[in-house]
Amino acid sequence: MSDADASEDAAPPDREYGEWLDALADGDGFALVCPAGHGSLPPRRVCPECGSADLSRGALDETGTVETYSVVHVPSPGFADDAPYATAVVDFGPTRLTGVYREGGDAAPDPAVGDRVTVDAGERVTDGERLVVFRPADGETGSGIER
Amino acid sequence: MTDVRVAGVGLTRFGDHPERTGRDLFGEAALRAFEDAAVDRADVEELNYGNFMGALAEHQGHQAPLMAEAAGVRCPATRYESACASAGVAVREAVRTVAAGDADVVLAGGMERMTNLPTDEVTEGLAIAADDLFEVRAGVTFPGAYALLANAYFDAYGGSREDLAHVASKNHANAVPNEYAQYRKEVSVDEAMDAPPVAEPLHLYDACPITDGASALVLVSEEYAADHDLDASVAVTGTGQGTDRMALGDREHLARTPAADDAAEAAYADAGIDADAVDVAEVHDCFTIAEVLALESLGLFEAGEGIAAAREGVTTADGDLPVNLSGGLKAKGHPVGATGGSQIAELTRLLRGDHPNSEHVPDAEVGVAHNAGGTVASAVVHVLEVAE
Ligand SMILES: [Zn+2]
Repeated sequence: MSDADASEDAAPPDREYGEWLDALADGDGFALVCPAGHGSLPPRRVCPECGSADLSRGALDETGTVETYSVVHVPSPGFADDAPYATAVVDFGPTRLTGVYREGGDAAPDPAVGDRVTVDAGERVTDGERLVVFRPADGETGSGIER
Repeated sequence: MTDVRVAGVGLTRFGDHPERTGRDLFGEAALRAFEDAAVDRADVEELNYGNFMGALAEHQGHQAPLMAEAAGVRCPATRYESACASAGVAVREAVRTVAAGDADVVLAGGMERMTNLPTDEVTEGLAIAADDLFEVRAGVTFPGAYALLANAYFDAYGGSREDLAHVASKNHANAVPNEYAQYRKEVSVDEAMDAPPVAEPLHLYDACPITDGASALVLVSEEYAADHDLDASVAVTGTGQGTDRMALGDREHLARTPAADDAAEAAYADAGIDADAVDVAEVHDCFTIAEVLALESLGLFEAGEGIAAAREGVTTADGDLPVNLSGGLKAKGHPVGATGGSQIAELTRLLRGDHPNSEHVPDAEVGVAHNAGGTVASAVVHVLEVAE
């Protein structure tokens, strides 16, 4: 095995995903955007919607809008100590993101469609694995449909 | 192009068989299919076998040759994997192979063994049908993904948990007389409403159970059926498949399933029918909301109207368009890699008149089967018709 191979092996797994999460943690969350405006998440060689290879980084919107959510009571093993937790799909402009929705303190998660949220990288309660976390945007209250 | 006939169908009882190997389950289904078909297994030219999580459940990859042995056939054998649509795609390739004249006899079906694993490992196993990086690591479970679809549907079109409870109650009632079903007991709307939450708004009775089981079909050309004087009155006249973006959040619609729209459109065109012709349907109700989405993708209901179909009695056994007379995945059970074949086996029995629920569709001529993978990133639709 050459030295070059050895350094490849030392790289973290899922490198592009890790770098994307690093950027999210630094407040530089991005999507890959094609000239037609389709956003997607890395790694990409081409736009999954139109096939364009002309991809550049486009910043995510500062706040996003919750499009759907669920409070999960029966978790997979990796989220055993996180449950109950809320997952949400949020529109951030060039792309949607899926993540865990958290409110401050011990409040039970209670998102609604239409809520405005920010995004950051956080950690799973269960084992500290990094993940995408949404939080209520400052000064915003739930404007979504209550049911 | 030749017509494709269903010469025989075979199923295991769906349910708990934690001690039985996958090869034994598929062997049983195949044996029943050959008995039903009265076809010489030496005539089988291909085996198309569906399986999703055998590498996790049985530490067994490369299952197709093993299943060829279990069925007693020696021919090219291939495993197909498209999550919960694994058997659907296996059957579809069998239909295309026979229709193209490349083979006269193909054995198709699938198997899943699940109850030998602890529930949390099954939950983890099923989650691998979603995008690992951008969904699973973000906390999306299999029920959680369908819960996201359900809340998006409620937001777009309205509807309630109670509407979904009617779907569960209907499918449980249908399973009662089905000898192959996992749960042959009625569940009332109130019981479904009172069950504990899994991923809100979905509760326990909105979800299919964890199931072991296998399905097998003997598909033959019309010419082979005639030459061998087979009793093969049901034909597969249409097949279609669709694919969507893997992650739910990347889809055009969060409250619809475009891959199934595409599969249905292709299958109807292949059969030369439209949705109005459908008399009976078996659809992929892994969760109650999935039945609603399926009915709309199949064009049986307009977008936003499928949610009321069970509550209003349109899709119940004595309704105008009975759906999931087998009990569906919901009550009959969902051995993931076997389900697509099981749906076609049940529809064949319903159209032949030898299903315990055939009395509800005595004049049915056209049936449709809808099988979905993951959160419908994959979808397969088949049209079955009474040919003689
Ligand atoms: Zn594009």
